[in-house]
Amino acid sequence: MTGFPATLPRPRLWLRRRFPLLARIAERLLLSILLLLTVSVLIFAGVEALPGDFATTYLGQSATPQAVANIRAEFGLDQPVTSRYFEWLGNALQGDFGSSWASGNSVSEQIGNRLGNSLFLAAVSALIAVPLAVGLGVVAVRFRDRLPDRLINILSLAAISLPEFFVGYLLIMFFVVKTSAAAFPATVYDSMSLIERLQVIALPVATLVLVVLAHMIRMTRAAILGVMSSAYMETAELKGLGALRSITHHAAPNALAPIINVVALNLAYLIVGVVVVEVVFVYPGMGQYMVDAVTVRDLPVVQACGLIFAAIYILLNMTADILAIIANPRLRHPR
Amino acid sequence: MGKLLSVRDLKIEATSYPPGEPPRRISIVNGVSFDLEKGRVLGLIGESGAGKSTIGLAALAYGRGGVEITGGEVTLDGTDILKLGKSGIRGLRGRRICYVAQSAAAAFNPAHRLGDQVIEATLRHGLLSRDAARKRALDLFRMLGLPDPESFGRRYPHQVSGGQLQRAMTAMALCPKPDLIVFDEPTTALDVTTQIDVLAAIKHAIEETGTAALYITHDLAVVAQISDEIMVLRHGDMVEHGPVRQIIEQPVQDYTKALVNMRSIRHDEAPDQSGALLRMENISASYGDGVPVLHDISLHVPRGQTLAIVGESGSGKSTLARVATGLLPPSAGRIEFGGQVLPPARKARSRDDLRRLQLIYQMADTAMNPRQTVREIIGRPLTFYEGLRGSARVARVKELLDQIEMGSGFIDRYPAELSGGQKQRVAIARALAAKPELIICDEPTSALDPLVADGILKLLLRLQEEQGLSYIFITHDIAIVRAIADSVAVMHGGRLVRFGPKSRALAPPFDDYTDLLLKSVPELEIGWLERILATRRRESAGH
Repeated sequence: MTGFPATLPRPRLWLRRRFPLLARIAERLLLSILLLLTVSVLIFAGVEALPGDFATTYLGQSATPQAVANIRAEFGLDQPVTSRYFEWLGNALQGDFGSSWASGNSVSEQIGNRLGNSLFLAAVSALIAVPLAVGLGVVAVRFRDRLPDRLINILSLAAISLPEFFVGYLLIMFFVVKTSAAAFPATVYDSMSLIERLQVIALPVATLVLVVLAHMIRMTRAAILGVMSSAYMETAELKGLGALRSITHHAAPNALAPIINVVALNLAYLIVGVVVVEVVFVYPGMGQYMVDAVTVRDLPVVQACGLIFAAIYILLNMTADILAIIANPRLRHPR
Repeated sequence: MGKLLSVRDLKIEATSYPPGEPPRRISIVNGVSFDLEKGRVLGLIGESGAGKSTIGLAALAYGRGGVEITGGEVTLDGTDILKLGKSGIRGLRGRRICYVAQSAAAAFNPAHRLGDQVIEATLRHGLLSRDAARKRALDLFRMLGLPDPESFGRRYPHQVSGGQLQRAMTAMALCPKPDLIVFDEPTTALDVTTQIDVLAAIKHAIEETGTAALYITHDLAVVAQISDEIMVLRHGDMVEHGPVRQIIEQPVQDYTKALVNMRSIRHDEAPDQSGALLRMENISASYGDGVPVLHDISLHVPRGQTLAIVGESGSGKSTLARVATGLLPPSAGRIEFGGQVLPPARKARSRDDLRRLQLIYQMADTAMNPRQTVREIIGRPLTFYEGLRGSARVARVKELLDQIEMGSGFIDRYPAELSGGQKQRVAIARALAAKPELIICDEPTSALDPLVADGILKLLLRLQEEQGLSYIFITHDIAIVRAIADSVAVMHGGRLVRFGPKSRALAPPFDDYTDLLLKSVPELEIGWLERILATRRRESAGH
């Protein structure tokens, strides 16, 4: 026999067989880091590839070649791309995103404040949307193919079909312009109390909830229906178990993983949806900060915001993956 | 002995939703009646669609999917259970009547330990305390011969084998000490060598506990080992009902006679002197992970003859077919076809190489494009290999349809409009269209009902005689091997354990594995199971 490799256990395979849970979680972590690095390259390259030049925009009419060169030297734009990338990445890893070209302030400081605002908006939306979506999903399953299910289906389809900025303007029209039941703009200040903040952000939260709710309901419904149609649910019924016991004891543990996945994916979407909604409602969060920076070509700010959005998105997805892995009994209890 | 279960004029219907047509009511069971006494076992036998599982589930007042019990009575100890309310039925299920499913792997909840699932119904119905139920489960695990009974209950379903799961499911059904257990094809999905152990465990448990049972299967030889009586069903009608001995030895109805006299095919082995068409030498192969699946396999197929490859699931027989077709290039070894060395990878083979070696799959269903008509399915290889188009192609498709005994009337049908046997015939025609020299048949009959499978085998033999085709026939069914093979290869754990002409390969002296395999195949003979088990006990005592 010529050169047929003996079954030498490769390290990864060995790890997978011996500690499937840990190996898979470690894999996800590594993949996420790799993904984040790739994204950082893409963001940097994307910003780099933008047409036009900050120096020319900044100087406007007075852009003499000498003035442009001065500005470029001041911001280090005369350095080669790769060395600028690694410098930027190295600083970013230490939490330093440089200073804004437009205002000269530290980007990290600015972001610290606004990220808190954005996360607050997203968290309030999630606190309302997740229980509501799972609850309505269960209702849809309970009354499958009957009126409540159809109603939920049609309304969620309608909500999915409308872009978030449109939903936002509709809400403003009804609740601010016509009835003045809610506040606009949704600007918050440091001096505001929690209650005041909640009052102010009612409309942006409503918009975000409407946008993510539909998707979560539909996925929850599909996940539960998938579990309900499996053979072990029939076994439960043929054991003479009641509906409640069947659902809590036999369906729920298996429906958990897909539902966690749906929720985490939608939370990630929430973070991205924030950008548009913040602009519509003039809310001082990351999204608005980023959009403002784009209009004046404030590249350090755009890059920093892009990287942070990407990091949150990847983190949430990774969490979803890891939770789903932990929820899988096959991996928790290897052979 | 009193009457336990009495079924009178049971009628069951389902609603089908054919695409593009209004929903239709179809009758699944048309007025079946039978009685079952305490402690007796009734075997329900028939082909798929005969309504046997539906009747079994009706004994639990349950209709699977959109199935509805529309008429008749199902009486348990004098109470018509079809008239009971929801809570009344719940009180029966899992307490007086239990169910053992065909696929225990799917029927156990993956998220809970086996022990907890086994005692769940007993606890929920308040029959025993938790400790007493655990004790009973332990006794049952022992009775059913499960390994390591003390710790077995702590395992999860994915941690034990298919045969053990099926026994655990039986333990789950026995735990509440029911009056009646419905066994729904409990050994059909198992390999023969596993099936015999599970069968023995079930038979032993039924005798020990004295429960009555409905035993549903399509295998007459299996049901003959377990049952006291047999009821033959076809298309939802009762064909014949009687004691096991009468059904097997003196069947009255033609259909029962056909079932009993199955495998009437005989094909005498041809001498191996025509030279090898396909020769595989020292083949080893592995999938992506580097774990070898085939170890150093050498065999050949004589021209115009049939090589049957037998083995259990996981033995590597389908992998060997993938190697031969070039879908999985081997990691070592060489393949010769008609005296020429064949490139290992499919992509390196010429179109003519591909043409000469065709494949027929187990699931004709999934191997055909559901959106193509028979005309396109069979016509495609005609265009691909011979460049046939237009009326020449239609003429050839019709000719092929005649060869597979279907006729040109089927030319515009879609796969969904064909029966399982017809689909497999179309798959054969598609392979023939390439004018191949060798056809690899990967379990082409194992998803078919026995009488239909017989027709396919006869067709394959006739085509071989007329066109001098060679076959590699992959199967786990020894009866088929006996019926059609010229030479036999036995595979086990990725190794070739035995290879040679049929008369030599299937005759003693045997190696241990082939011996086990041959002895595990149920025979249509009352007392076969006891005989085999007794032999085994003697042999192990002698060691």
